[in-house]
Amino acid sequence: MSQVPVVQGVACVLAHVPGLVPLGSKPSRELAKDPALGEAVRGHLRDYRDAVAYGPNQAFIGNLRPQALFDAPQPWWQHPLAEAPRTGPFGEVLPEEEFWGLLKLADDFDLLHLDAAVAAGAAERLRRHPLLGDMDLAKLAGGVAPGAVAAGAAAPGHLALADARGRCVGYAVPGHEEDISQTPHILLENLAAKATGALALRHLLRQTGTAPDRIDYLLGCGEEAVGDRYQRGGGNLAKAMAELAGLPNAGGADVKAFCCAPVHALVLGGALIAAGVQEHAVVVGGGSLAKLGMKFRGALAHDMPILEDCLAAVAIQLGPDDGAGDPRLRLDVVGKHNVAIGGAPRPLYEALVLRPLQRAGLAIPDVDRYAVELHNGEIMEAGGSGNVARTNYRTIASLAVVSGQLPRDRVDAFEREHGMPGYAPTQGHIPAAVPYLAHAREEMRAGAIRRALFVAKGSLFLGKMTNLADGMSVLVEAAS
Amino acid sequence: MDLEEQERIKQTVEANGGADDIVAILGSPDAESAGMFAETVSLGDPTYAGALAGVSLKLPVYHVTEPEIKAVVDPAVYAEQIEMMEIALDTDAIWKAVQGVRARAAG
Repeated sequence: MSQVPVVQGVACVLAHVPGLVPLGSKPSRELAKDPALGEAVRGHLRDYRDAVAYGPNQAFIGNLRPQALFDAPQPWWQHPLAEAPRTGPFGEVLPEEEFWGLLKLADDFDLLHLDAAVAAGAAERLRRHPLLGDMDLAKLAGGVAPGAVAAGAAAPGHLALADARGRCVGYAVPGHEEDISQTPHILLENLAAKATGALALRHLLRQTGTAPDRIDYLLGCGEEAVGDRYQRGGGNLAKAMAELAGLPNAGGADVKAFCCAPVHALVLGGALIAAGVQEHAVVVGGGSLAKLGMKFRGALAHDMPILEDCLAAVAIQLGPDDGAGDPRLRLDVVGKHNVAIGGAPRPLYEALVLRPLQRAGLAIPDVDRYAVELHNGEIMEAGGSGNVARTNYRTIASLAVVSGQLPRDRVDAFEREHGMPGYAPTQGHIPAAVPYLAHAREEMRAGAIRRALFVAKGSLFLGKMTNLADGMSVLVEAAS
Repeated sequence: MDLEEQERIKQTVEANGGADDIVAILGSPDAESAGMFAETVSLGDPTYAGALAGVSLKLPVYHVTEPEIKAVVDPAVYAEQIEMMEIALDTDAIWKAVQGVRARAAG
């Protein structure tokens, strides 16, 4: 290898969008069958203050370590943090009023029509945003007069947009009248991913201090599908994000692998740098509109707020090792899930965890932290899915036991000693290991930990093209 | 349980002409989901959301880690496929949940 790729920065951002919860995939389908549910949904939405003060969200933007959530009073949603700033080292929680504006800034085809007052309000707030004030806010001038907005929102084929209180803020239109891959819903999903991805990119460059024109290549890793009737998944939303974020010398492509994509993209980006093809590669994943409110039924049944009310985006900057103390991507300790491995847990985890570590002369307990599926346990358990992060840690510990690397009585403690509570919003590819990279980088630079293994899995079978799952892993190590 | 899955299970039983010779084996990772799925395939969907709402298929249901299943699986296959998860999961709680459903279905 000519260059050792290092992690120069990681941005993690949230956009709090309670008004969009009814447009998540599950809520929108359920509300179509039972419109009366709408009132119950709106009655269980969280306000901005509560979303910002929510422990897992503060951990996501970097104001506390995820491990600190182990001992924080639970349920977390009932114990908002007293110290809860909107911004953190990794990003911010963008309020809905500003998000409408960012969404419109991402729209180059007049797909979105905002109420004039909403647009003007967004423009005013974004003008004062330290990272977004230089965007083309003139796009937010105009907007639709109040009377016309209601008519437009109700027109056949249009998609009405409302805020958390149910007030109309605008509407989205189809991209083409005969194109089922450009319904307003799909286009809105793609715009939401583009907008949040660009926000993450802006925070990333603030963090690393790298000049925008020094970013060569973006690897998108989201699960949206950008295209039209002839090429439904054409993609390269990464390039669109680069344009919106103002990266003039960036090319890019999207990596598609369900939830596994971010870790695939991390390895591919590292390889581009190691081979000297690119100098700075950025992995970026935007938020998922489709996953908002996915487990809303569980929230209603437990009479708790719908916690899936935030879009989440991550951006990771990789570059050549310039001796600045950044952690290295160990491209010699990569695990992948091959076709022949099949779906059983043991062969899967042997491929992703045991064997890559063995090749580097390491045993499972030698890794300080494992970043696995980091879905917020509070949301998963209320929705009947169990604590996914905990199951992952217990599985890795059990693999260590059957491999003779850990005594059986250490399995229970493994989650605390080598893991963390799931804390990321349930946004598909986003909670798949990578949010912890932001914390790992800081902990490694501070000398607190030495090694972290990032393990992602993907549900390829959901696309009905294969029954296979997917997996990818890579070791990150502190600078020596 | 996923509504599509409920539909498929119902159709499988119907195509078989009934529940004879069919056993449901679960891979659920915890007691709550194991209990819910066990109830769905024997007594009916407790959430009243899917095709098995109010439909008692009375399928015998076991978790894959239960001794009854382990006893009929090739030990080498079991070691490769299940042993690790048997350590990872809280099998005491899972078995209790599924056994509880079997007891109710029998009563």
